Amino acid sequence: MPTWLSKIVSMYVDGFRSMTVGRKLWLLIIIKFFLFFAILKLFFFPDILQSTYDNDTDRAEAVREALTNP
Amino acid sequence: MNDLLSVVDWSRAQFALTAMYHWLFVPLTIGLSVIVAIMETIYVRTGQERWKGITKFWMTLFGINFACGVATGLILEFEFGTNWSNYSWFVGDIFGAPLAIEGLLAFFMEATFVAVMFFGWKKVSKRFHLLSTWLVALGVSLSALWILVANAWMQSPVGMEFDPAQMRNVMSDFGAVVLSPVAINKFFHAVFSGWALAGIFVIGVSSWLLLRKRNVSAARSSMLIGACVGLAGMLVTFMTGHGSAVEVARVQPMKLAAMEGVYNGSVGQDLTAFGILKPDAAATPDDPMMFAIDLPKGLSYMIYMHGDGFVPGINDLIAGRTINEAGDTVYGLSYADKREIGLAARQALRDYAEASKAGDAAAMEAAAASVKENFEYFGYGYLDNPSDAVPPVGMTFYAFHIMVLTGGYLLLFLIVAAFASYRKSKLLERAWFLWLGMLSVAIVWVCSQSGWVLAEVGRQPWVIQDLMPTNAAISGIQASSVQLTFWIFAAIFTALLIAEISIMLRYINTASKSNIETHD
Repeated sequence: MPTWLSKIVSMYVDGFRSMTVGRKLWLLIIIKFFLFFAILKLFFFPDILQSTYDNDTDRAEAVREALTNP
Repeated sequence: MNDLLSVVDWSRAQFALTAMYHWLFVPLTIGLSVIVAIMETIYVRTGQERWKGITKFWMTLFGINFACGVATGLILEFEFGTNWSNYSWFVGDIFGAPLAIEGLLAFFMEATFVAVMFFGWKKVSKRFHLLSTWLVALGVSLSALWILVANAWMQSPVGMEFDPAQMRNVMSDFGAVVLSPVAINKFFHAVFSGWALAGIFVIGVSSWLLLRKRNVSAARSSMLIGACVGLAGMLVTFMTGHGSAVEVARVQPMKLAAMEGVYNGSVGQDLTAFGILKPDAAATPDDPMMFAIDLPKGLSYMIYMHGDGFVPGINDLIAGRTINEAGDTVYGLSYADKREIGLAARQALRDYAEASKAGDAAAMEAAAASVKENFEYFGYGYLDNPSDAVPPVGMTFYAFHIMVLTGGYLLLFLIVAAFASYRKSKLLERAWFLWLGMLSVAIVWVCSQSGWVLAEVGRQPWVIQDLMPTNAAISGIQASSVQLTFWIFAAIFTALLIAEISIMLRYINTASKSNIETHD
């Protein structure tokens, strides 16, 4: 491993090992990302146009219909 | 129709909730990153180890806030795709480009150098560490830039052309989007308000330390830095606030009228410094205030820099009425005229679709030309009554006045705090002043949130000014699903806020029991 790369790796490894408040914060970040991406995005926040229509032409038509015949 | 209204209202409430929670964290990240960088610069320049300890103390608080706030803005992007799909499609790459740059450039810059900030103290040279800290501060501000550019475009859409075939706007002038006067004012106003907020935060925490007589020397030094950065930030915030008001008068005159509760405008319009609107203010347009302290001709001075300018009120804008420099009443486009134009644009879009299906190229070209000609007021075609074009006057008025009054108080407080810290005044030993310092932390967040309430409520009914009202931007989804996710968000964000405050308080309490200046 090149020296510069091993220095970067050791910075991260030592940094994570010596964390105090940081451990709680990382746990918080991991829980947050899990909630956001594995639950909310997956089950509650589909991209309506992306998931309903196959291509941009159909998406444009859907928006045209919604905006010209509200 | 009722269900549509319900979806719109719940989606607006959900967006407001998530945006306001997000903005609890963001300004502190913006301002504290600069304060930490300044403290570290003092450490590197003077070589005094005490400044390293002080820097680390505030850097940890920055880290707690950064960790709690990171990714809260992503929720807003989820909502665009689910709740606001018509809007998301309609804005095309205008919104996507700045957000993509934000994600790729600024966020990765922050993420990379944040690691050096926290893990690199003994791994890299002092100067490289300092550079990393400044790059984090720069990255945070660059993130804000792209988000604010996107927001400014919604308030003042420029640099694009609408393509009726794709049913979306296409960016035609990136420079016009990024350098629009609204975007520039908004960027400096928001970023420097973050400096002011973080300055007050540092003063508040330092006040607590002084009250408890813990780390007095570190607290006094921190208070001086916090007060100076906060004061600089607040001065720029006031200057750009004036610039923003001038831009609002130019591109969103209805918002300005609502901000000041002006129904019938006049030449030499007064500025209401403090006032209470009558519950039925619209019914008494010549006297909408129950009580008011006015600055004579103040609003005209604020907008035109002289007292003889005409500031239109809500009724003037609906009627298209203005008074020119010669003092003559003249009429421009009224609400009814703009609505006719909007309806014509919508009809042209229908004609375009039919011509496209029929393969009639000449008719398509004619319809596209008609869309282009009438597009400026496209959104008015979705409004049913003149009152639909008026934002909620009460909320806009009070948000503006709460922002200005609390901002005025904070400016005075910062001047006193900076002076007292610089002169090592006895004031820093007075309990009432230190309590005021802590109370100001709550006040500065009220001020900051009021600014966004003003910006976003005041632009109603428009999600894109004059082009798309909120009720046309919405997706065809069930109100019940939005209600459910509203409460899920309320629970998650409240838990995050409690976590942030409790981790911060615990850290401040624990760390300050030992000598901050010798922390390593």
